[in-house]
Amino acid sequence: MARYILGRLLGLVFVLFAVSLITFLLTRAVPGDPFASGERELPEATQIARAEKYGFDQPILVQYGRYVWNVLHGDFGVPFQSPSQTVVDLIRDTWPVTLRVGALTILISYPLGIVLGLLAALHRNSWVDYAVTFGSTLGMVLPNFVVAIWLILLFSVGLGWFPSGGWGSPAHIVLPVIAYSLLPTALVARYTRVSLLESLGADHVRTARAKGLAERKVLVWHVARNAMIPFVTIMIPEIPNILTGSIFIEQVFRLPGLGRFFVTSTLTRDYPMILALVLLVAVVWGITYLLTDILYTWLDPRIRLL
Amino acid sequence: MTMSATASQRVGAGIGAVDSPLLTLEGIAGRPVSNTRRALRRFFQQRLAVAGLLITGFLILVAVLAPVLAPTSMEAADLMSANQFPSAEHPFGTDAIGRDVLTRVMFGTRTSLIVGFAAVGIACAIGIPLGLAAGLRGGWVDFAVMRAVEVMVAFPGILFAMFLVTVIGGGVQNIILAIGVTTWVTLCRLTRSQLLTLREQEFVQAARSLGVPEARIAVRHMLPNAMAPLIVAVTLGIPTAIFAEAGLSFLGIGINEPTPSLGKMVADSAQYIRVYWYLGVFPTAAIALAMLGFTFVGDGLRDALDPRHN
Repeated sequence: MARYILGRLLGLVFVLFAVSLITFLLTRAVPGDPFASGERELPEATQIARAEKYGFDQPILVQYGRYVWNVLHGDFGVPFQSPSQTVVDLIRDTWPVTLRVGALTILISYPLGIVLGLLAALHRNSWVDYAVTFGSTLGMVLPNFVVAIWLILLFSVGLGWFPSGGWGSPAHIVLPVIAYSLLPTALVARYTRVSLLESLGADHVRTARAKGLAERKVLVWHVARNAMIPFVTIMIPEIPNILTGSIFIEQVFRLPGLGRFFVTSTLTRDYPMILALVLLVAVVWGITYLLTDILYTWLDPRIRLL
Repeated sequence: MTMSATASQRVGAGIGAVDSPLLTLEGIAGRPVSNTRRALRRFFQQRLAVAGLLITGFLILVAVLAPVLAPTSMEAADLMSANQFPSAEHPFGTDAIGRDVLTRVMFGTRTSLIVGFAAVGIACAIGIPLGLAAGLRGGWVDFAVMRAVEVMVAFPGILFAMFLVTVIGGGVQNIILAIGVTTWVTLCRLTRSQLLTLREQEFVQAARSLGVPEARIAVRHMLPNAMAPLIVAVTLGIPTAIFAEAGLSFLGIGINEPTPSLGKMVADSAQYIRVYWYLGVFPTAAIALAMLGFTFVGDGLRDALDPRHN
C-alpha cells in the first residue's frame, strides 16, 4: 500500500510538471502583451527594461526553468494585475472565502441529497419518489448562474431578506450556498436513489434477509455499503470542483473568492496567477483521486490497487 | 460492461419475457428478434425517453428551420420597442436593444445544438481513436495515452477552454474546438475500459484461437460490443457541451455578437433583472429544455442498451 501511494504521488509530480509546462507554453502562445494598455505606450527603453525584469527576453524554456526553480522554492511570482502582493498572498487572502462557501455547500448538499435519495428509494414510486426525481432533474438542468439570479431577485430584491452580493456578514453566505448546493444535492439524491435501488435487489441482500437478519442490519451492512461505491465514484471527484469555487456563483454574488480570478487572470493574461491557479486545482484533484482509489479498496475488497 | 448475466437476472428474464435481451425459450422457438429491435422496443417503452425524444426532435426542428420560422431576422433591432413584455406581436418580448426574443431564442437554440453536436463530434474524433489504440495495443501506447488523460483531468476544464478561446479567439468554431478538446477524456477512458474488459471475454479468445486477425477481431467482435455504453456517453455529452457553451458565453468568453447564444442572453438579461425580469426566462427555459431532452434520451438509451440496468 505504501509503495502504491508513493507511486501515485510520483505520478502526481509528473502530472504537475506536464500541466505547468502546457499552461506555460499556452500563456506564451496567447497573442498580446500582458502589459499592453492599448493607449499611451511606455517609452521603448522602459518596455525593454520591463521585459527584462520579468524575464520575457529569455528563451521560453529558460523562462520555464526559472519558473519551476522559483516554485520549488515557494515563490509563485507576483500577479501582474496587483503587483503589491505575491500570488501566494493573493490566494491566501481569497481562497478562504471560496473554501467557506464550498465547505458549507458540501456539508449541506451531500447529507441532504443522501436523505432525499434514501427516502425516494425506500418509497419507490410514491409521491416522495416522484417529487425527489422531479426536483433533482430540475436541479441538474437549470444552470446555477440562472438560479443565482433568481434567488437574488426573490430574496434580496423582492423580500429583502439577504444582501444581493458582497461579503462580510453571515447573511452574505446564504444565497451563494443555496445556489451552489442545488446541483450537488440533485446529483447526490439521484445517485443515492439509483444505487440503493440496485443494491436493494441484489442477491446477497436477499440472502441476508432470508437468513433472518434484522432489516436495519441489512440496510446498514449490506445495502448501504455497496450503495456507497457508485457514490464514491461520482461524488468524491465533485469535491475539488466545489472547493476551488464556481466562477459563476462568485461572479453573480460578487464574492471576493478565488473563482473570479479564473476569469480575470485569463482575460488580463496574468501569467503567474493563471499558472498558480492551474497548479492549485491540479494538486487538489490529484489528491482527491488518490483518496478515492484508496477508499474503493476499503469499500470493495475485490478491488485491488497495483 | 460484460455480457454475462447474474442468476437473478436470468430469473427476471423469464418474467420479463419478450423484451428480455437474454435467450428465452420463446427466443429459440419463435421468430428471432434482433438486438437492435429489442433495444428500440425497450427504449420506446420508457415514457421519459420518448418525451426526451420528442423534446430533442422539436428543438432540432426549431434549430434547423429557425431562418424560416423566426418572426424577424436575427439582427433586426427596433430601439423604440426595447425591453417589451411578451405580447401578441413579440410572444417572448424584446431585449435591451429591441430585438425579438423569440427570434433570438430560436437562433440561440440553433447555436446551442450546433455546438453540442459538433463539440461531441470532436471529442469522439480525439477520444475514441486514442481509447482504441490504448485498449488494443496496450504497452507503451496505453501508458502514453493514460498519462495524457491524467494531465487533461488535472486541468480545470473551464479554465482550459477559456484559455483556448483567448489563444485562438471567440466565435462558434473556436468554442466548439475548446469544448471538444476539453471533453474527450471521458470517451477515451470509456473506450479503453470497454476494450480491456472485452479482450478477456471468451468469444474474443475463441476468435483469436481460431486465427482471426487482430484487426478483424477489433472491428467485428469487440467494437460492436463496446458500442452501447459509447452511444450513451455520446448522447449525454451533448447536454454537457450545451451547458459549457452557455457558461462560457455567460462569462463573456464565448460566442460573439451578433450570433445569438442562450448563455449570453441570460447574462445580458441579468443586468436588467430588477426591472425587466422576464428577459431571462425564455433563454433559460430553452437551455433547460435542451438539457432535459438530451438527458432523457441518453438515460433511455442506457436502459435500453444495457440489459443489466433495470
